[in-house]
Amino acid sequence: MIKKTLFTLALFIHGISGADEVQVAVAANFSAPMQKIAAEFGKDTGHKVQLAFGATGKFYAQIRNGAPFEILLAADDTTPEKLEKEGACVAGSRFTYAIGKLVLWSSKPRFVDNKGDVLSKGDFKHVSIANPKLAPYGAAAIETLAALKLLDAIQPKFVQGENIAQTHQFVATGNAELGFIALSQVMKEGKILDGSAWMVPDNLHQPIRQDAVLLEKGKGKPAAEALMKYLGSDKARTVIKSFGYAL
Amino acid sequence: MLPDNDLQAIWLTVRLAGIVTAILLLIGTPIAWWLARTKTWWKGPIAAVVALPLVLPPSVLGFYLLLAMGPHGPVGQLTEALGLGRLPFTFWGLVVASVFYSLPFMVQPLQTAFEGIGDRPLEVAATLRASPLDAFFTVAVPLARPGFLTASILTFAHTVGEFGVVLMIGGNVPGVTRVASVQIYDHVEAMEYASAHRLSAVMLVFSFLVLLAIYAWRPGMKKGA
Repeated sequence: MIKKTLFTLALFIHGISGADEVQVAVAANFSAPMQKIAAEFGKDTGHKVQLAFGATGKFYAQIRNGAPFEILLAADDTTPEKLEKEGACVAGSRFTYAIGKLVLWSSKPRFVDNKGDVLSKGDFKHVSIANPKLAPYGAAAIETLAALKLLDAIQPKFVQGENIAQTHQFVATGNAELGFIALSQVMKEGKILDGSAWMVPDNLHQPIRQDAVLLEKGKGKPAAEALMKYLGSDKARTVIKSFGYAL
Repeated sequence: MLPDNDLQAIWLTVRLAGIVTAILLLIGTPIAWWLARTKTWWKGPIAAVVALPLVLPPSVLGFYLLLAMGPHGPVGQLTEALGLGRLPFTFWGLVVASVFYSLPFMVQPLQTAFEGIGDRPLEVAATLRASPLDAFFTVAVPLARPGFLTASILTFAHTVGEFGVVLMIGGNVPGVTRVASVQIYDHVEAMEYASAHRLSAVMLVFSFLVLLAIYAWRPGMKKGA
């Protein structure tokens, strides 16, 4: 009886939406572009997209412990690779959907110069970075400071965001004077909206290749497969580039 | 048994909880006394404000504190004007946040204890020419001793268990704001389950012992009172 009711209910819900739903775990740096892409994807296909934002390392742990995500949009390529090796995703589904851009940003105008010299001047109390154990942008920030030989000097001033969104929030509220965040968090339509920024040169850290994978739970699901394809489309790539990602 | 960074987190947690308990004894006692004795109409609103942290999500408290303590917030501007700098990401920032967060755990047991004394002993003290302050320290405080004990233990334990607020205003700085609960979260997130287990076990045993202390002592105390 209960089973039958549930079945009818499921049919009913399916009936009203008229389409499938897809659960996506999205690296926090990609939240703004993904919301835009998901809205357009929904309009074009009728599928509904459920987004969860967070640190890639955290999603990895959740996926390994049975989280219901069907797609992972990671902030790196090592996590998807690891999932692939462990058989937790569909083989051959992995591809690079964006290449991340690290930026040193302050909410104050003219605080960060366009060469990043502000770092060696040291005229600040707190530098916000994402937890390097969990967030690839945090690891890239550490690599950058190490390459500039400033890591030892600046480390005592670190405050850590649990993910890149909290890292940005520490800087946006002015509690940290500056921080290493994703360009996509402060860029819209190809322009940095406010404050001051230094685009960290690509040669100071490993490239932030952000890979997408179709997870075990998304295998054979039309909505999930359609979204994976959509992410590589020209339409999606135009959105992705407008937030400052390379491709 | 535990690695250095875990010991550092535990020591930090104990220091935070100890300082917060001491501060709340000073702040919470007069508030509880006033709430227990007053008959004005705004006893209700004040009691509600004191109890707010019981029902507010820690994220709400953390969010407001982050804004208030920031460079554009009133608290932030005050601390900077006083030459204290800004509070987020500092140990004293956590102390201030925890004082708000744990306030009801100090005030409510104390208020109950003060109310339990009733008017009679204080009236007797007054007829013996004790000043109100004198009566408070020589009559009310000794009679409310079990209440002080419960309130202090609860405040200490609740501060140890704090997580959401610390996560939002702490910035996860080792030895400064990375308390035990955040350290466990960090271990779990990074899939360092063995480390998470060790520290979690310590917290579990500690919490049980605290509650055991409260429940085991209480009946005896009541008989004594």
